[in-house]
Amino acid sequence: MTSLSQAKLTLGPLLFHWTPAKRRDFYFRIADEAAVDCVYLGEVVCSKRESFFAPHMQEVVHRLVAAGKQVVRSTLALMTLDREVDEARALAESGALVEANDVACLQQVAGRPHVIGPYINVFNEGAQDVVIRDGATRIVLPVEANADTVRVLAGRSTVETELMVFGRQPLSVAMRCYHARSHDLTKDTCQFVCGQDPDGLAADTIDGVGVLTINGTQTLSNGYLVLLQELAALRRMGVTHFRLSPQDVDMVAVARTYRAVLDGTVSLHEAAEELRGLTGEVPWQNGFLHGREGLAWVERELTPA
Amino acid sequence: MSLELVCPAGTPAALRAAIDAGADTVYCGFRDCTNARNYPGLNFDVREMAEGVEYAHRHGRKVLAAVNTFPRAGDPAPWHAAIDNAAAAGIDAVILADLGVLDYAQRRHPELRRHLSVQASASNELSIAFYRDRFDIKRVVLPRVLSVEQVAALVRRIGIETEVFAFGSVGPMSEGRCFLSSYITGLSPTTEGACAPASHVSYRDDGASTLSRLGDVTLNRFRQGEPAAYPTPCKGRYVTHGRATYLFEEPVALNAIDILGDLKAAGVTALKIEGRQRSRAYVTEVVSSFRKAIDALERGSNEAVANKLASVAEGQRETTGAYRKGWR
Repeated sequence: MTSLSQAKLTLGPLLFHWTPAKRRDFYFRIADEAAVDCVYLGEVVCSKRESFFAPHMQEVVHRLVAAGKQVVRSTLALMTLDREVDEARALAESGALVEANDVACLQQVAGRPHVIGPYINVFNEGAQDVVIRDGATRIVLPVEANADTVRVLAGRSTVETELMVFGRQPLSVAMRCYHARSHDLTKDTCQFVCGQDPDGLAADTIDGVGVLTINGTQTLSNGYLVLLQELAALRRMGVTHFRLSPQDVDMVAVARTYRAVLDGTVSLHEAAEELRGLTGEVPWQNGFLHGREGLAWVERELTPA
Repeated sequence: MSLELVCPAGTPAALRAAIDAGADTVYCGFRDCTNARNYPGLNFDVREMAEGVEYAHRHGRKVLAAVNTFPRAGDPAPWHAAIDNAAAAGIDAVILADLGVLDYAQRRHPELRRHLSVQASASNELSIAFYRDRFDIKRVVLPRVLSVEQVAALVRRIGIETEVFAFGSVGPMSEGRCFLSSYITGLSPTTEGACAPASHVSYRDDGASTLSRLGDVTLNRFRQGEPAAYPTPCKGRYVTHGRATYLFEEPVALNAIDILGDLKAAGVTALKIEGRQRSRAYVTEVVSSFRKAIDALERGSNEAVANKLASVAEGQRETTGAYRKGWR
């Protein structure tokens, strides 16, 4: 069961504020064409955005399910308002498979199958045991996890283990909206300016070097996480699901490239060339997994344990 | 009940200074990766912790041990030892964040009082209820992203004690799950306990101004005399839309000394002073100011305690942060 071709590809929740039409068409195309096994749907970053896509949610769910995709509903990563907590509770009670991204959801989902999202810290065996005892059936490891952590946790897990392998790395969530601040607005008066940047807003250093990307209340890496050369080693460690985080690039083609690597139908070199063409000028990063700065790019395979 | 004044101690000398200046409670950590202020020259060994507890108890005060980082997979021993050693030292409570560490403490030391660290980022009723019901925590340290009204609503609903930040830095990010510093330095505040470690901080003078850098990333440029914060990633200047600004947070310090009455009315149990990495003089000055303010509040005195803390505040400017609406 550890063969590379049996690994599942997932599409993580869309983190950016796309127009409802763009978002709907994106998921229709994913349903029809993308080589992913599972799709996460829902607003993770800002509850103010939620109502825009709500009218399309059911048709998107139906289209994805009809296409044979597993659908998981992701929650917000940081809840402070009663309304936000109530929505998470309703989602859990609806019987949907939920990805919990805030500990607030854990009581609601306890005792039924659920996914622990990457925004809940599971860095060690003790935390892993707690969430598995409560019924988690899949754990998405934090983006900061290094290879030793992945090896230990995926190796001993009695449930599925997922790791993000493509897209801008989520680095923090906040109450404050930095997108709004960058326009001299506040979260309450934001005018949804985050919608102007479908792949995020660059936040460079004062000497002009790209370093971060702003997405509303969330801060991401400027580069895309690209774990391609590491896939085989990660699979051997016991990772069962590989997550592609949606960016404003041809995600169907990105999924096709990753699937081809998993299926062994393309060389790593060819896959990297293909992906480079799809990601343009955006730098690639993989430092966290290699135990380095998260912004680093390490051109070597993972060392065996 | 008077507001409980909870004060930082990075060293045994700071612990004694805090007690002498009027702290009701002092919090500290062991000298390793198990606490969120793992900086060189700071923190306590097992013997110092026991002596600190003894000093505090002799004065009728309390000591809390912060074991509030997240253990690395394959190496839980330091965290388990920290809990065991805190219990053996007679500590009054441990401050925890990780699900596994909470579970360990509850199983091995059920009688040892447990507080939930701000590193757990429990910012709503359901999160706090989860930790309360699952791990029997007696107090939650609330993230500094809530308004006074939100704090009051939480206090009414959760049925356990709350501790809020009264003085220190303004933390705009959800704590315990911010990976900005490790993204830049490779060292993790989450599992290794050091945000923006000094070993990775450098300054360069270019004549008219000074550049501050963390790792290979320039975080700020400031003129001589211009207030500037220690270069943590969330206190830097970044360029968006061609304009360099303090995108995350201005170089200001949180100071709630002028709204203690509001916090007490909200039902808060304890006030936390931040700064285990700061000097003994800082501890004395901040603690004694807050002692006076709390005592004045208890007397019902209208006379405002002169707020002289600006000189020790980070960046020398102050804010009430998220406690007042409009911050976010």
